[in-house]
Amino acid sequence: MININVLKPTSANFQTYLYIGSGLIFISIFDVILRSFFNINFSNSLPGILNFFLPLIIGLVGFQMIRLEYSGNRIVDKINQSVNNNTFNAGLTLLIIFLTLLIIPPASNWMIFEATISGDTKEACVATEGACWTYIKVWFRRFMYGMYPNDFHWRINTAFIFLIGFAFVGYFMRGKLKNYITFYYAILYPIIAFLIINFLISGGSFGLEWVETNAWGGLSLTFIVSFFGLIFCFPLGMILALGRRSELPVIRYISIGYIEFWRGVPLITVLFMSSVMFPMFLPSDAFVDKLIRVIAAIILFEAAYVAEVIRGGLQALPRGQYDAAKSLGMGYWKMQIFVILPQALKLVIPGIANTFLALVKDTPLIFVVGLSEVVGMLQMAKTNPKWLGYAMEGYIFASILFWAICYAMSRYSQYLELKYKTER
Amino acid sequence: MSETIIQMKEVNKWFGDFQVLKDINLDVKEKQKIVVCGPSGSGKSTLIRCINRLEEHQKGQIIVDGNELSEKTKDIEKIRAEVGMVFQQFNLFPHLSILDNCTLAPIWVKKTPKKQAEELAMKQLEQVQIADQAAKFPGQLSGGQQQRAALARALCMEPKIMLFDEPTSALDPEMIKEVLDAMVNLAKAGMTMIVVTHEMGFAKEVADEVVFMDEGMIVERAKTKDFFANPKNERTKLFLSQIL
Repeated sequence: MININVLKPTSANFQTYLYIGSGLIFISIFDVILRSFFNINFSNSLPGILNFFLPLIIGLVGFQMIRLEYSGNRIVDKINQSVNNNTFNAGLTLLIIFLTLLIIPPASNWMIFEATISGDTKEACVATEGACWTYIKVWFRRFMYGMYPNDFHWRINTAFIFLIGFAFVGYFMRGKLKNYITFYYAILYPIIAFLIINFLISGGSFGLEWVETNAWGGLSLTFIVSFFGLIFCFPLGMILALGRRSELPVIRYISIGYIEFWRGVPLITVLFMSSVMFPMFLPSDAFVDKLIRVIAAIILFEAAYVAEVIRGGLQALPRGQYDAAKSLGMGYWKMQIFVILPQALKLVIPGIANTFLALVKDTPLIFVVGLSEVVGMLQMAKTNPKWLGYAMEGYIFASILFWAICYAMSRYSQYLELKYKTER
Repeated sequence: MSETIIQMKEVNKWFGDFQVLKDINLDVKEKQKIVVCGPSGSGKSTLIRCINRLEEHQKGQIIVDGNELSEKTKDIEKIRAEVGMVFQQFNLFPHLSILDNCTLAPIWVKKTPKKQAEELAMKQLEQVQIADQAAKFPGQLSGGQQQRAALARALCMEPKIMLFDEPTSALDPEMIKEVLDAMVNLAKAGMTMIVVTHEMGFAKEVADEVVFMDEGMIVERAKTKDFFANPKNERTKLFLSQIL
């Protein structure tokens, strides 16, 4: 048994121990760097398992030697408190550093140094081991716009620029106009958005050629579906949440029934129904576009989740808020709009953001009805006989896209939380 | 004396099987100040919450300013707008500034123009001496300031009757006085007030009559002087001996 106390520093000899300890930690990290980046292994002659764990052992000894409750050195104290307060944590710290170092070289090699982006065919990628970004480059327009005709892509771009532009209109509303800001976003903006998409992307009038929704796809379709999903499921969810807490039994039971029904069925079946079953119930000459049916299905489905999130916020409010609003002579709607909902919605921003992120990430499911947004296009591209074998690149690309969208939404929700924060 | 503004006849109320109010008869005349006291659980709060129908009574009759309160009452909001209330827990709206707290109801319920409502609110806030806090949010104020703001908010509706539900019970001792002072000023201005409180000093100073409740019944009602000098009921005597 080794006397482990030998490795324990005291305040008297700490200076020496600090030099030796940090030297050992440095050696252990340096050894891993050599192994992973340069493929050099100095301890090759040692028995296999010892060779494998050598950096960890050296590092742990090093950490053991610098562990002193109060050393006087700010940096060392910080390290000791946060990552080196016992052997287990020191080991975890080392493992995380080592794993990162081991992953970086192969990952960066594959993604950057050995990757190809030149050329327009699969042949450009045959020679290399790395990622084939050529594949993404060639298919990029398909991933963005689906099967939408190449010549008309400007229509989608213009439509989105308009959508973003109109979204900022509220920012410039000042003075008297400010009273209509809610009306603008809740009612006017969705209508404007629908008209823009209807006339620009769908076309059929003003000399623009009609493009059927089957041809829509890629990231732009993800945006369209998520956009309408988000702006309509929120008010519907709000009404359902209020309905579920209503004192009128009919409204309450309808709300409960609605919420429990839609929460109980999988989204994929809802989408399937909307596309396959729903037209059967319509008279033969009636026609509702498939995309609209799918978006409606998503709205109805997600509203049930939003409703429950908002109900959580409503229940968190103390009864005194209701009492106070009532005692001032406010009726049900005034009380809800001015007193209850502003507070409840503020409380549930994290929950709403959660649901909205889930909605965005649920959009790929519309492939079951034959609509191909970005992941759907990916499936199509990866099974194209000319481009077999590059699924990985595609999925990484899609992951980055979705992550970027969701991260932006997440940051925005955090910004809103801060903006509406008031002390209770 | 002036005419009766609140009339309660044989009012009964149950929470499930538990009877909170038993045959309550109470008349309040205009400009009268009444203090309701009694042990906790005696139904005092429920009694005054029935007056603006935050609680519904099941039997009997409540007439406020000529309107009977029942399920059939159509414009309960109109009656509530005339009856101000101050709560034990202040119940300010935490997402609005003090000024917005005071102007919200006048603007949206009474349709007062915004500018006018703000002027009135500032006047009321000055009355309770927190005009300098108007732009702050409730969470930034002390308990006493919050309760005075709540009082100002209720007064902004220019009510005919003010109800107080233990307005000082949630306050630190040193803040009780500032709230009571505001209430005394209001009483001197001639407001009709029903106050549920344990502050007997306040009762002695402003109340015309004191009502003592126990177990859902009005045990004794007397002129303030008589109530404290020679209470008739045994239960009242016991209560007073404990509280004074």
